[in-house]
Amino acid sequence: MAYDKFVTLKSTAYPLPIENVDTDQIIPARFLKATEREGFGDNLFRDWRYNADGTPKSDFPLNKEIYSGSKILVGGRNFGSGSSREHAAWAVYDFGLRCVISSAFADIFKNNCLNIGVLPVQVSAAFADTLFDAIFADPKTEILVDLPSQTVTLLSTGASEKFEINSYKKENMLNGFDDIDYLKNIENEITTFAQTRPF
Amino acid sequence: MAKTLFDKVWDSHVVRSIEGGPDVFFIDRHFIHEVTSPVAFLGLESRGNSVLYPEKTFATADHNTPTINQHLPVEDKLSANQLDALERNAAKHGISHWGLGDKNNGIVHVVGPENGITLPGATIVCGDSHTSTHGAFGAIAFGIGTSEVEMVLSTQCIMQPKPKKMRININGKLGLGVTPKDVALFIISKQTTSGATGYFVEYAGQVFRDMSMEGRMTVCNLSIEMGARGGMIAPDEKTFEYIKGRALTPKGKDWDKAMEYWNTLFTDEDATFDIEFNYDASEIEPMITYGTNPGMGMGVTKSIPNAAQVEGGVETYKKSLGYMHFNEGESMIGKKIDYVFLGSCTNGRIEDFRAFCSIIEGRKKAPHVIAWLVPGSHKVVEQIKAEGLDTIIADAGFELREPGCSACLAMNDDKVPAGKLAVSTSNRNFEGRQGPGSRTLLASPLMAAASAVEGVVTDPRVLMVG
Repeated sequence: MAYDKFVTLKSTAYPLPIENVDTDQIIPARFLKATEREGFGDNLFRDWRYNADGTPKSDFPLNKEIYSGSKILVGGRNFGSGSSREHAAWAVYDFGLRCVISSAFADIFKNNCLNIGVLPVQVSAAFADTLFDAIFADPKTEILVDLPSQTVTLLSTGASEKFEINSYKKENMLNGFDDIDYLKNIENEITTFAQTRPF
Repeated sequence: MAKTLFDKVWDSHVVRSIEGGPDVFFIDRHFIHEVTSPVAFLGLESRGNSVLYPEKTFATADHNTPTINQHLPVEDKLSANQLDALERNAAKHGISHWGLGDKNNGIVHVVGPENGITLPGATIVCGDSHTSTHGAFGAIAFGIGTSEVEMVLSTQCIMQPKPKKMRININGKLGLGVTPKDVALFIISKQTTSGATGYFVEYAGQVFRDMSMEGRMTVCNLSIEMGARGGMIAPDEKTFEYIKGRALTPKGKDWDKAMEYWNTLFTDEDATFDIEFNYDASEIEPMITYGTNPGMGMGVTKSIPNAAQVEGGVETYKKSLGYMHFNEGESMIGKKIDYVFLGSCTNGRIEDFRAFCSIIEGRKKAPHVIAWLVPGSHKVVEQIKAEGLDTIIADAGFELREPGCSACLAMNDDKVPAGKLAVSTSNRNFEGRQGPGSRTLLASPLMAAASAVEGVVTDPRVLMVG
């Protein structure tokens, strides 16, 4: 589906310096029974966010008032591993996040984010550490994600790093287009190609 | 120019390449199930699109389905709603559908190969990460998200940058009690859960040549657990023998034509990979995991490594062991277990049941262990009965359930309770994967059987000799 354009984003960030955060943690399987894509934000990180009796865990970053309203999540290395469930990306979006920063993403999760308008920003491990240190020193520290120049900047110190995104996906994010728009435009080429397939 | 198997299949499916962007990649076969498809159909309809090639899409119900009383209406309303949505969408758009109760129903990655939908040289996607299973036939197969499911329904293509290429060579002969599952867990323990991120893997060498098709499926199935987009094995006589005569494979002249193509599907001798790894079969022993991702595994006779010995964050490692209630340096052998799960798209095939039965035959299930034996499909159930394995299962005090994904992701009622320890033949040991608070040890069907009989984690070789 078409989504909001992403150009620049200035926000504080939730820090989650845990490695190998898998999609079963982002949205546990028991919450995948819906047939629509809204409403997953309440269960984002369900088992890390809430106690068994439903009360929030006060030490989990997403529950801390000081970070409330942040639109960026800074996660540990290999973020989003495991299942292909796009519900994980929907939960991230539905919670109000528009960007996830990590030193490495799992492939399918990264694709899913790009397809629904959440920008995955891959930075070096050293820069991720810089961001974590800054957020822990000052939870109100702001991060600027600039898609046109492909830079992420820690505003308090000016420390900045360039990130990669392929030019096609970048155009899509900047304009709020998606792949289906593109593919429907070349349908004749696709159906001609299909005739060459042996089965 | 010399090409790898992966290059050959990939390049022949590129409709066009976008400069600085992905390839428009054509999909031959698309599997859908009840969990990741409903929103894709909503998107399709809200845009006013139709399904471009309904005959290339195949629907089966598996993730949510109960494993008992499948002849009765599904009690869980939300599950029933998803199953209804799949059936409705399939009927509306002219897609074949194997719903609950259908003789062809079962786990998507089990019924695809069984029915000859999975073919060498094909491109196969599904909104499920373990789609990598189908790579066992020399297909390029990988998991996709729901937006991409909609993309394939409406255009039969996805937008995909070509991954880098990795080859993993294992030569030599596997030892006693070492199964394809152990080979896969061994590789993942070496690669970690992110070692193959960005790569497509080809498995090569004597170990994979010697392996059955079902074993190859188990290995390719687990490729995603080291971050790989998928894994594949070059098709050979064993592959062609397996697929020949199945319901949906090409027949007659079409078969001969397909065989001409399939015989070209191998990596040219001088083709190159971005990275290669070599292991020897003798390095591999029956494997077990101790942590909360599939990379945290070891030979069953080893001890849990110290945090200082593992790569990555010490804090994350300690959190993981804390969740499992384990300590650095401990052995897994002899730990009391509560549950055993045989099944899933990793180990729910007939060979897995044969392996399980080879251990339990003439023995009894430990009284305190709850065991869920869940075949991957109705065809597997038929084979179990035809071979008399059902009698061995019953005599040993076990019960056979009906097919489905079951406790692998615990979307149905088969949930391991909080704090309980399960030996599981499934693919993931993430926190809460088999139910909130559950603790999972991944292992082969042989080790699951040995542990079910002894009531504690058991090296299957102990029950195999003498």
